[in-house]
Amino acid sequence: MEDEEAMEAMEAMEGAEDTEAFIELDGVEKVFDVRKKTGFLKRERRRVRAVDSISFSVARGEMVGYIGPNGAGKSTTIKMLTGILTPSGGRLRVAGIDPSRERTRLAHRIGVVFGQRTTLWWDLPLLDSYKLMRRMYRIPDTRYRHNLDRLVELLDLSALLDVPVRQLSLGQRMRGDIAAALLHDPEVLYLDEPTIGLDVISKAKVRDFLRELNTERGTTVLLTTHDLQDIEQLCSRVMVIDHGRLMYDGPLAGLHEVGESERTLVVDLERELPPIEAAPARVVRVEGPRQWLAFPAAESAAVLVARIAAEYPLVDLSVREPDIEAVIAKMYAEQAEKADRAEQAGKAIS
Amino acid sequence: MGSGRLYLAVAVGGFRRYATYRAATAAGIFTNTVFGVILVYTYLALWDEKPHLGGYDQAQAVTYVWLGQCLYATLAIQGGGAEKDLMERIRTGDIAVDLYRPADLQLWWLAGDVGRALFQMLGRGVIPFVFGAVFFPMALPTDVTPWAAFVVTLLLATVVSFAIRYLAALSVFWLMDAMGVNQALMITGIFFSGMVLPLNAFPGALGEIVRVLPWAAQLQMPADVLMGETDPLRAYAFQAAWAVVLLAAGRLVQSAATRRVVVQGG
Repeated sequence: MEDEEAMEAMEAMEGAEDTEAFIELDGVEKVFDVRKKTGFLKRERRRVRAVDSISFSVARGEMVGYIGPNGAGKSTTIKMLTGILTPSGGRLRVAGIDPSRERTRLAHRIGVVFGQRTTLWWDLPLLDSYKLMRRMYRIPDTRYRHNLDRLVELLDLSALLDVPVRQLSLGQRMRGDIAAALLHDPEVLYLDEPTIGLDVISKAKVRDFLRELNTERGTTVLLTTHDLQDIEQLCSRVMVIDHGRLMYDGPLAGLHEVGESERTLVVDLERELPPIEAAPARVVRVEGPRQWLAFPAAESAAVLVARIAAEYPLVDLSVREPDIEAVIAKMYAEQAEKADRAEQAGKAIS
Repeated sequence: MGSGRLYLAVAVGGFRRYATYRAATAAGIFTNTVFGVILVYTYLALWDEKPHLGGYDQAQAVTYVWLGQCLYATLAIQGGGAEKDLMERIRTGDIAVDLYRPADLQLWWLAGDVGRALFQMLGRGVIPFVFGAVFFPMALPTDVTPWAAFVVTLLLATVVSFAIRYLAALSVFWLMDAMGVNQALMITGIFFSGMVLPLNAFPGALGEIVRVLPWAAQLQMPADVLMGETDPLRAYAFQAAWAVVLLAAGRLVQSAATRRVVVQGG
């Protein structure tokens, strides 16, 4: 009973400090000293900037994709957001709390799910892990039962509650882990590769659930993934990080402009003709009466189509949007090239 | 207290976890019984040659053997307790998940290990002990008081045993491999706890040293308290002192280790 009252009082207080930016990073950096063996007993100290002056803010209820190649600094950022890692510099707040100073207090308000790790008790039935969560987060009885019923229904867990975790399939375990992270009604959920290794149906289940969680409960979600379909289907906003720096922060569609991507216009002409001339578009392929034209994603397709229709005997056409994966791969490649050049320059100087 | 209930739940989980391995438990009972029989005849031969070795008569030596078989798995004397899971979680990086929790890492693992110890005692330890009591002459007290004192030393022994293994497990943060640590745990555990021979029977300076090392808190102290060979209060003080020192050391190493975990990525 006391627990419930305390919980309500806490919720009232949370409401009072509810600000626009729920997660706030201002020039946050993390520097590691890495010692590398360079010979027998000889070691070289090297400073690695895992996160290099990152600033962003996430509003309450937003669902944001956080992507980048391996070793870009994604996990380091999440570790700082949860407080198990202290930033080397900059300012970081989650729900008004400095995570590394008040890690335990913050832990009651956040949920974390790792696709490749589990918080569940390996040898025991799934339900045992949930009972443990209830004690750990001091979830009042009524709330626990209500949340468990809801999660069991939404994540389709009813047949699995008595099954030892080690006997669950990867998709089942993942759903079990997601439920475990949400029993205490966290205000923000950090998801690290939640769909890794899952089959198409399991992926869809997880995505549907996350969408519902975000729209109905207003849970703020930060999603780290290599599966861009996760982002395309769930996030209106995406942040791209590479070499510890934030390279892009905005809507998914805007990535095309940054990535200088091109759209493709496919036109069917009445007969075989020489390649169409319509700058800035250029013909990339001709196959009988069908021609493929590439043009900058930012250009209007309508203007281009009107020009071609006026000058050529046009039968049919279609516009293909650029592949987001190709765009991001291009961004990573450019960044890597830049880094290589910088390294070369550095070597030349020394 | 809310957190008390959490750690109780962790302990219950530890108990239930080990209870799921029925075949392992049955095999353990068999092994401990067989080893007990072999050791009893060895000890009887030794005590024939050297009566009152280490201050024990033959019945006490037999009691010591069966107590050792009873506590072998309970106190995870050769390892194989909660530290085994902890080492694996450190090695795979799963430990990061544990660190996100609003719970104390050391207390969490202690609670789980106490639950495990209780199961190993009831499920695996009691049967060989009863077997020994039925078929061999033992020096067991008929009074309740020594048994009560024995339970207290057993609890303290569980904590000391955990604290040793917890420290060993944390070393994996630096070593990244548990093989060597586990072997060191096994050899030191068996030898210094007195599984081979009671520490009371160790000669000269070696005896003086092994009797003040933390491993003496595991088997020797509970045995001596049960058989009335030592003052229980002295035993409690010895065990509690080691428990405090080792747990505090564990906390220190833990805070250094958790600062390190994050470098390993993932």
